[in-house]
Parts: sequence; structure tokens; C-alpha cells
Amino acid sequence: MARKVVITGLGATTPIGGDVPTMWKNALKGVSGAHTLEDDWVAKYELPVHFAARASNPATEVLSRVEAKRMDPSTQFAVVASREAWADAGITEIDHDRLAVAFATGIGGVWTLLDAWDTLREKGPRRVLPMTVPMLMPNGPAAAVSLDLGARAGAHTPVSACASGTEAVHMGLDLIRSGKADVVVCGGAEAAIHPMPIAAFASMQALSRRNDDPEHASRPYDIDRDGFVMGEGAGALVLEAEEHALARGARIYAELAGTSVTADAYHITAPDPEGLGATRALKAAMFDGRIQPEDVVHVNAHATSTPVGDKPEYAALKAALGKQLDSVAVSATKSQMGHLLGASGAVEAVLTVMAIYDRKAPVTINLENQDPEIPLDVVTTARELPSGSIAALSNSFGFGGHNAVIAVRSI
Amino acid sequence: MASNEEILAGLAEIVNEETGLATEAVEMDKSFTEDLDIDSISMMTIVVNAEEKFGVRIPDEEVKNLKTVGDAVSFIASAQA
Repeated sequence: MARKVVITGLGATTPIGGDVPTMWKNALKGVSGAHTLEDDWVAKYELPVHFAARASNPATEVLSRVEAKRMDPSTQFAVVASREAWADAGITEIDHDRLAVAFATGIGGVWTLLDAWDTLREKGPRRVLPMTVPMLMPNGPAAAVSLDLGARAGAHTPVSACASGTEAVHMGLDLIRSGKADVVVCGGAEAAIHPMPIAAFASMQALSRRNDDPEHASRPYDIDRDGFVMGEGAGALVLEAEEHALARGARIYAELAGTSVTADAYHITAPDPEGLGATRALKAAMFDGRIQPEDVVHVNAHATSTPVGDKPEYAALKAALGKQLDSVAVSATKSQMGHLLGASGAVEAVLTVMAIYDRKAPVTINLENQDPEIPLDVVTTARELPSGSIAALSNSFGFGGHNAVIAVRSI
Repeated sequence: MASNEEILAGLAEIVNEETGLATEAVEMDKSFTEDLDIDSISMMTIVVNAEEKFGVRIPDEEVKNLKTVGDAVSFIASAQA
């Protein structure tokens, strides 16, 4: 029998809160983290999108100036969230050779990369900072977290676009089950609110253009949804072998019961319209966690608010959960904080764990006219979840046809 | 043309910016690696910032000879002369 893995620490820095308690309070209330960007580059480059959901708290509230200087903003968010998760877990004694990191990013150090390119062109090669490479590398967040916590059982970086954060949790479960580590700090970080990625995502028609009303732009499942809203931040979880957590008398939030990753092999960006890859991922995560459809009471959906993306996820949920889907409280939390890309799955994993622990489903805002082709029971005001043994699922899908699902069970 | 004291003060600011060390800790007889715990990547950043601040060029092959703060101050002073 596989080792049981539990979640004992949570951390987050997001557009709706710089730590888990603040984020969770807001997630239950229903707030928007999206605002008009004040940066001069919006007008300078005539960007078609004028808003995004920035992290509510700067990383320098936690990091020293010198620490922050040596980290790309994505790595800064990763360290902020993982420090919170680590402190929350309250681990005082640890065999550092048995502590691993699985920290994802979708894009990596895009600010560092493009700043260095500007510096090279404007000032020449001598002025390109010596820290450029370690700051831009996609494994930068994982490496920084490993260094910060003294994690020596490996520092891993799964990269699967917007499924990255969820895939990191999946990898964390595997690392503990396979006996390679007893404790894993996993998560995802992203800091891509930069003119180039905004231009690129806008160019592929993925972003909402509701420039006159940013707070209402991210509207998953609404008939008038027109694209996602860029967000930034990080989420982190401390996963622990159950026996390790019990031995130290840890507070246990929930069990990470099962996870899975599949690939569509259908199209580089478009989701399989029938959601077949997502269906396989959902079924595999439930099988992995020995979860029956009737155990599932809550889903934190991927639901980015794009016209084409939200429907196949419904098809997949229907195929995996059948008639139980009518009794599942579905939350689309990107309505509040936008799409944190490679961090989204990690932050949503934190929200899903909190939903199980607190027995409350967070709010989906901006749902005014629900798309009749997506007849889900969407949570629009915070809702109590049932007592007894319950389970929840969190989905993430990424460009490249990546599907990742985690299943969380109450303890 | 900056005096040695001015160069030291300017260098101390650069070191503080890069490492967070107090400017008073940056003294002429201090070794960058042994006393100030500055690694090679930070050292290169400090060198490049010093080049800009003092309008000099510090060749890469010269950097390994700059063992103490005093070595750097002397090099910058002679390069400015």
C-alpha cells in the first residue's frame, strides 16, 4: 500500500491577499484583484489590454532588499509563499537529506531575460548583470526555495504552462510515495505582467479586452466572457508522509489522496473540444486516490474565462463524475484573482485544501448570465460543504495539451 | 579626479547596495572574499558598477588581483590618473 501523504503547511501571495489567511477571507467574500495598469509601458507600446491582477503585496514586505535584488520577481514570490508554508507547517527538526522541493513556473524569469536584452542593446555586454542566468532560469524558484530551506533531496521544476503548479503537487506526491523524500515543499510561481507576454497573449486572443471595467473582466462560465486576466503570485504547500506528520504531532489540513497528469496530443494550444484528456486526468486522479464520484463535493475548476476553454472542462467533469456533478459545488476562483499561469494550480491547490479543511467553497464572482451550455452548480456566495468524509478536485490545463488534476480528501 | 577617500566611500556604497553590508565595514585592509564574504558573482557586479561610477575600465584579468578594498581603491585611482 502506498504511503499516505498529508498537507501540513500552506502559503500564498496573490492578487487577493499576500498570505493564506487574507486570501482565504477574500476568496470567501468574493473580491476582484484586477485593476487598470498604471505603468507607462501600456500606452508606450499601445497594448490592447490595459489591466491585470497584480500581487496585492510586494515581495519586499518579506524579503530584504539584497535578497530581492538577486531574484527574478517570480522567484521572489516563490520564496515568499514557501516561507509562509514552511512556518505554517511548524517543522522544527528535519533530516534535510529527506526534504525535497518541486516548484514550478510557466514562463520563468521573463523580466530578467528581457531587462538583460534591453541592457545589452542599450549599454553593451559589460553591463549585463552576472546574476542574469541564475535569475532567468526556470528552475530559479525551485533552486531558491531549496537554498532557503536547506532542501537537499532534490529541487525539481515541472514546466507545463498553466498546468505547472498542479504538476508540481503531483510530483511532490510521487517523491514521497516513492520514498525519495519524507517532506516536500511544492508550488508554483509566476511574474509575467510585462508588456511582452501581455502583447503575446493578446495576440492569440486569449486575454479579456474589457479595459473599461477590469474588475468584471474575469467571468468564467458567463455568456459574455471574452478571455482571461493576467495574474501573478505564488502558492506553496508542505506535503508530508503521514507517519512523519503524526510522529511530530502536526496539524494536518487534509490528505493529498491522488494526482494525475495526462496529455491531449490534440493541438498545441486548443483544448480537445470533448475534453478527453481532461477526463482521463480526472478519472486517473480519482482512481489514484481511491475516490468514488459520490465522495466528491467540490471542484476548483481551471475555468479561465476564455470562450473556448470553459466548455470542454464541463464535458470532462460530466464524464468523470456523472450524475454526482449535480451535487458538486464548483468554484472558479480565477474570477477573483485572474490567471496566475504556472502559479495558478498551486494557489488553487491551497484554496482546495482550505475548502476541505474549513468546509467552505470559495466564491465565483462576475457570473451574471451563466452559459446555458455549462450547467454547473457554480458557487456565487460562499457555501458550506457537507460534514463527514469528503473529497475535492482541482483541475489545471496548459498550452501544450497538459492536463493535471489533484484530489484532496478530508482527514 | 576623486581622492582615495572619495573612491573608498563610493566603493562602500556599491558594496552596500549589492550585499547589504554596512558601508563602515568596507575598510581599506578588508579582503573582499575573506572578510566581506563577497562571492565571485557579487564581485563582478561590484566591478561593473565601479566602472560606471568612476568612469574607468577594470579588465577581467585584473579583477583577481583586487584582493582587498585597498587594492581596488588603488587600481581605480591609478586608472583615473
